[in-house]
Amino acid sequence: MPKIKAGVIVFPGTNCDRDTYYALKQTMGCEVDSVWYETKTLRKYQLIVIPGGFSYGDYLRAGALARFSPVMEALREYTEKKGLILGICNGFQILLEAMMLPGAMQRNDTLKFICKDVQVRVERNDTPFTLLYKKGDRIQIPIAHAQGNYYGSEQTLASLEKQNQIVFRYCDESGNTTEQSNPNGSLHNIAGLCNSETTILAMMPHPERASDSTLGNDEGRKIFLSIKKALS
Amino acid sequence: MLAKIFIKPKKGILDPQGKAVSGALARLGFNRIQDVRIGKYIEIKFDAGDTDTAQSDVRSMCETLLVNKVIEDFTFEIAEE
Repeated sequence: MPKIKAGVIVFPGTNCDRDTYYALKQTMGCEVDSVWYETKTLRKYQLIVIPGGFSYGDYLRAGALARFSPVMEALREYTEKKGLILGICNGFQILLEAMMLPGAMQRNDTLKFICKDVQVRVERNDTPFTLLYKKGDRIQIPIAHAQGNYYGSEQTLASLEKQNQIVFRYCDESGNTTEQSNPNGSLHNIAGLCNSETTILAMMPHPERASDSTLGNDEGRKIFLSIKKALS
Repeated sequence: MLAKIFIKPKKGILDPQGKAVSGALARLGFNRIQDVRIGKYIEIKFDAGDTDTAQSDVRSMCETLLVNKVIEDFTFEIAEE
């Protein structure tokens, strides 16, 4: 079976690209390229990951400047071909700024950069990114961000709920989505969203940091294995 | 010309920074504070020829890049330098 071809986009200021590269290569067995932000085509890939970091130093707003990079034009073309996109942390912020998903990120309501393990509940397993989980599974996974406080207008939130686009929600250890288990003030406890076609998943938690037992946590591993299964 | 652009959080949107600063001001004894909203101020020097062009250029800069209309509102003034 030919290897899955994956690309990890690297902007100036991206800093989770090597971890993501490792996860794609070791966990999924992909043929992986680091893709510089000036790249003009992504046609040869089946999976594109926008990793975490601080693209363009988070200047103006997180993700705002990255949105106008040449690679984002290529990403739009890639989307039209229904290629899979996984946006992690800064990747989520960039996808929102690029309006490839609705809403916006605000500063955490604690005003602090939060770096810790949280619990999230898997809301649906009929996406290419979550098919090896069970609906309602609770996974422990790290977050590391200052702007992960998801905001959507009432209309946006109603539409996300109606179309079942919320893939992960922050929850407590029993799987309840409480205010206390919400680390950043995110509306509806949103930790991850997909588009209506389920070809794009954007999430604030870092699955690449929970993809291998040698890292002390492999509860995010199934995200990579799900994508592998979906693309095989 | 000089554009002075004021960006602020949309009405009704929680502004975590404003809330924290409001609390800090209250602790310092400024007890008449009702609300604090924190935004951004941007100055752009440019050469647009006439005021109409300047207005439409600045509006376009705001809507394209400078402002995220999901969470922010903006106003601007154009001044001759």
